[in-house]
Amino acid sequence: MSSSIALTYIAAAVLFILGIKFLSSPKTARYGNLLAAFGMLVALIATVPLLGKEETSLLKHGWSLNYTLMVVGIVIGLVIGAIGAYSVKMTAMPQMVAAFNGLGGGAAALVASLEFLRRANSPEGITTFFAITMLFATLIGSLSFSGSIIAFLKLEGHLEKPHTFPGQNVLNGLILLVILGLCGFLTVESSNNHATQAFIAMFVLALVFGVAMVMPIGGADMPVVISLLNSFTGLAVAADGFTIDNISMIVAGTLVGSSGTLLTLLMCQAMNRPVTNVLFGAFGSGGGSKTAAGGIAGTVKPIQADEAAVLLSYASQVVIVPGYGMAVAQAQHSVRELSDELGKRGVEVRFAIHPVAGRMPGHMNVLLAEANVPYDQLCEMEAINPTMDRVDVCLVIGANDVVNPAAREEKTSPIYGMPIIEADHAKTVIVMKRSMATGFAGIENHLFYKDNTRMLFGDAKASLNALVAAVKAS
Amino acid sequence: MSTEILVFFVFVLSIFLGFELISRVPSMLHTPLMSGTNAIHGIILLGGMLVLADAHSPLTIALGFVAVVFGSANVFGGFMVTDRMLQMFKKKKK
Repeated sequence: MSSSIALTYIAAAVLFILGIKFLSSPKTARYGNLLAAFGMLVALIATVPLLGKEETSLLKHGWSLNYTLMVVGIVIGLVIGAIGAYSVKMTAMPQMVAAFNGLGGGAAALVASLEFLRRANSPEGITTFFAITMLFATLIGSLSFSGSIIAFLKLEGHLEKPHTFPGQNVLNGLILLVILGLCGFLTVESSNNHATQAFIAMFVLALVFGVAMVMPIGGADMPVVISLLNSFTGLAVAADGFTIDNISMIVAGTLVGSSGTLLTLLMCQAMNRPVTNVLFGAFGSGGGSKTAAGGIAGTVKPIQADEAAVLLSYASQVVIVPGYGMAVAQAQHSVRELSDELGKRGVEVRFAIHPVAGRMPGHMNVLLAEANVPYDQLCEMEAINPTMDRVDVCLVIGANDVVNPAAREEKTSPIYGMPIIEADHAKTVIVMKRSMATGFAGIENHLFYKDNTRMLFGDAKASLNALVAAVKAS
Repeated sequence: MSTEILVFFVFVLSIFLGFELISRVPSMLHTPLMSGTNAIHGIILLGGMLVLADAHSPLTIALGFVAVVFGSANVFGGFMVTDRMLQMFKKKKK
């Protein structure tokens, strides 16, 4: 690599780092993303002189079929990406990230595979170090690919429930052992006559393992899974960088890998569960200590929109707790309208955002931002809980597990210990919900039976529109 | 000091840098952040281009082509979708 290319790669790396840094404030976030994108363009251009070994070098030997295909491939990817990015609904954002992540993982696995097969069949052979990096990239990349597809399907509403069977963890462990065995064989015997077959077997098993790993995990835990797979892809890309000797891939991939790992841990922390419990616990199965509805003291008290509107318009402090139900009903614009309408009447409206509300961390923030809710009105759980006693009305829109007092009160509950938004501390709680069905964790919500809770049944968007109309009229 | 060690040095420093950068991001920006870093690992497009340039057999050319398409969708789609999310974060117009 010439030093001018190396310097350009350093510039790209600095742009990535600054980009991530600027992403950490709402004011500069968009600028940060554009900086990172610009860094990517710089890295792309710097790579052009590197294309092709001696006999196929673009600079020395000019155009060939491979380069035509390259341009066509980039354009096809650009079109797919653009259509995906601009047509996806804001509520389907988590699926989109899962899909793009899967594609990156697939690409990382393919790059490593091609490089491995090329070198295994060449006289120079493969050193142990390179064998390990290539096998790592193939393994992690392909399991990220298939795992992301399953995560995507689960978020789309297919395969939503966890799929478990007895001995599943043992079987997964066995698959992993076979994969590692094959990797060991390939590391030592990379020029063996059967290396190609062993490699293909490893690739296929890694795909199977990705499916087997994500399959037993419930839809509610998909944010953690996507975050984890995102960091996996980053690490696979970094390993590819070692393999094909490209430092910009090492830096970018590692940054994503380590930041993604931290983000995954932060998300698990917010749910008060160790990451191993998310991945191997089959939490969403609803098994174990499910409390029967009859076992909860108190009755469910429904409320009509008119009455709820009166409560809201004469409150001085209102806190809105949005959840996945708001996303499903596409109700974020109606929520904004309600909040504006109440604001005009001098009601102080705040939004309480649980770190794992929705299907991704910050999912609710994105939706509310789409509806033009100013971000200074959005409060984090830690900030809102101490003030909850002074709140007149807490309006829960399609959130369930994140406001379930069982997390605080009931030691046998599967969500016991998870930090929640203390909605039940407000003077009145209005819960908007379609039915009495349980949340993703599959457990009954004690909040619905509390004395100060009123249930407003119906589609969140329709109920909100009724509320807005009633508030305007009152 | 060999080049391999230097590269490894960069790798280790990048791990720590990634941790430091992320720990200061407020949770409201976690989704765009995940999406943004997702786009950054789209740099695998470079890897796809490099292996496609060296591919000779029809099979390796086809696989390299697929890698380029995947990587390209990852990088372009990733940045576009992040930008679409972030353009909505604005302060209340007074």
